[in-house]
Amino acid sequence: MNENYQFKHRHIFGIEQMSSEDIQFILQTAASFKEISNRPIKKVPTLRGKTIINLFYEPSTRTRLSFEIAGKRLSADTFNISASTSSAQKGETLIDTVRNMQAMNPDIIVMRHSSSGAPNLIANKINASIINAGDGAHEHPSQGLLDMMTVLEKKQRLDGLKIAIIGDITHSRVARSDILGFTRMGSEVYLAGPATFIPPGIEKMGAKVCNSVAEAVTDADVVMALRIQKERQNDPLIPSLREYAIRYGINNRLLGLAKDDVVVMHPGPINRGVELNPDVADGKRSVILDQVTNGVAVRMALLYLVMGGEKGSEG
Amino acid sequence: MDELLVLENGRIIDPSSGVDSVGSLWIKNGKIVDAEDFVPSDARRIDVHGCWVVPGLIDMHVHLRDPGQEYKENVETGTNAAAAGGITAVACMPNTTPVNDCAEVTRYVLERAQGCRARVYPVGAVSRKSAGKEIADYAEMKDAGIVGVTDDGLPVIDSQLMRRAMEYAKSHGLFVMSHSEEYALSRGGCMNEGEVATRLGLKGIPNAAESIMVFRDIALAELTGCHVHFSHISTKESLDLIRQAKGRGAKVSAETSPHYFTLTDKAVEGYNTSAKMNPPLRSEEDRQAVIEALADGTLDAIATDHAPHTELEKDVEFDLAANGIIGLETSLSLSLELVREKKIDPARLVELMSVRPAQILGVRGGSLAPGDVADVTVIDPDAEFTYNVNMVVSKSKNSPFLDRALKGRAKLTIVDGRVVYQL
Ligand SMILES: [Zn+2]
Repeated sequence: MNENYQFKHRHIFGIEQMSSEDIQFILQTAASFKEISNRPIKKVPTLRGKTIINLFYEPSTRTRLSFEIAGKRLSADTFNISASTSSAQKGETLIDTVRNMQAMNPDIIVMRHSSSGAPNLIANKINASIINAGDGAHEHPSQGLLDMMTVLEKKQRLDGLKIAIIGDITHSRVARSDILGFTRMGSEVYLAGPATFIPPGIEKMGAKVCNSVAEAVTDADVVMALRIQKERQNDPLIPSLREYAIRYGINNRLLGLAKDDVVVMHPGPINRGVELNPDVADGKRSVILDQVTNGVAVRMALLYLVMGGEKGSEG
Repeated sequence: MDELLVLENGRIIDPSSGVDSVGSLWIKNGKIVDAEDFVPSDARRIDVHGCWVVPGLIDMHVHLRDPGQEYKENVETGTNAAAAGGITAVACMPNTTPVNDCAEVTRYVLERAQGCRARVYPVGAVSRKSAGKEIADYAEMKDAGIVGVTDDGLPVIDSQLMRRAMEYAKSHGLFVMSHSEEYALSRGGCMNEGEVATRLGLKGIPNAAESIMVFRDIALAELTGCHVHFSHISTKESLDLIRQAKGRGAKVSAETSPHYFTLTDKAVEGYNTSAKMNPPLRSEEDRQAVIEALADGTLDAIATDHAPHTELEKDVEFDLAANGIIGLETSLSLSLELVREKKIDPARLVELMSVRPAQILGVRGGSLAPGDVADVTVIDPDAEFTYNVNMVVSKSKNSPFLDRALKGRAKLTIVDGRVVYQL
């Protein structure tokens, strides 16, 4: 890495805005934070006196908990708000809500929202740093980073790999962040799924669309399955979960086509027996729990870096 | 006493009489007249050398929001914006609150238009409340002053209702404007389907959502013999269908809006809600097809689909933001870009913005022949300016063209012989 490199992002909207150096730097920082989670006292004073609001407009247990633990391990004061878009129906807009929060002077707002672009909308209205914890079908940058961190740990590299992503790409913000991240680091991303799950123009983001799961999985270093829903808002996408499981579910037979040391990933929560066969989800190639562990480290790194990488008040 | 106004030394462009020459235009008591030998000493003379003198521009697709949403726009502010854009007449859409589906609302709009700076031609609803269930009272609305019918803002989903609307409209000398949208395909979509939507994670609207309905309404136009006008056409496929239909002699006409020949879906980048409208901004291929169709006659008119919204509707999440942009003040300048790029010539511009709209609406104007009404636009084709938020005349500021450097604009707008705007 260039020795003059500096991390310059005050907000984290997506992987799209990150250079390969940014990604490398975040992953290095995350690796150094990972050790804290293994200590008996899992806490450092880095962000003491900083206030973090986790503003979640969509139900989420895993990501919210992960951000909360990350904030607490850095000694920040963290607050969780489960907002519903129904408050919007009472006349309060997202901007109103966020301006109210701004009046309480938070340092970071971690936001999840069902509308793509919602973090961009609020960023120029307030002083706090915004971290996108998933916006619509747009991006989920911390997930993309924890996926890259996990792959880096297992493969010792992020370039020259074949990454297969199987499932509903159209509605997946994880897929978009992964496509952008892995290709930016020099790997190739192959996608497979029925055409109802492949959005038009996805090749322009750098991914390759395969005609079959077998084609995507063949010689893959990483196979990632995405969570499947049968339909969304009356839009029929697949005839049945059963047919999907048979045609597109990842099983050990399919994994026989991949490299011997292939790892299997999933952003969770898993539909066991649909996109992943149970023996795969719980098998030796699965790194799904490593992803969860790395999620905390990556989020600690992001919280730390958007604060300028400085130590907070020491008291 | 006679009121005389002489516009001197302008380039008079009047395609309906084949005129394109430098000279003077004489206006007397609200009418265009032949040059007179004797110029009275109190005659008003304006030197317009270097400018084009054309029949007043007519915008056949405008949302004035009055009655019901006057916080966005009203008849007065909307016609002020029109005058500032060189537009002397507008056709206003019926999707107000209440919907213009009866004579009372039509009359209300026309009363509000008294003394305003542009003529206002209301368009009535196809169906009562634009609910798509039963046809509205066209005859009584026609008597009150409507020029056509549409449920614009919404598609007419029921094909039988649309068929009956066309038949009934035809009986009363009205035409039908089609907001062509196959709702099952567009539902939930908020921008053009394609690589930009995919990258932004926004649900797309495919071109087929428009062209399927264009196909249906061409079929119904041919079945019923009613004149059908296609509003805000945005796709190559729709234009191919309209071109073929015209080739068969079908009674169809069509308009597009300046944003469809100026911008593409890339303008949405950054979740810019000022680039959100319905139909959405399309691909570069579609943009080129629109320009070609303006030149070859497939498209008859440039209309703005002027759709004022405030920050309440626009400064929100992209998928929740209202559709539409204002356009009255930028339509001429953006269309002049096509002339400068030699895609169309000045006479064709006048056809698209004045002659054909007058013919389609069945109203006065579109001509500078002696005896015609003196609705005149004087265009300075070289005036350079940057459109900025402080100069917006419309009540709403939702334009994707703010801070764009523009060239060419109205210098004088004259309605009924009266100067309603002067740069
Ligand atoms: Zn419309």
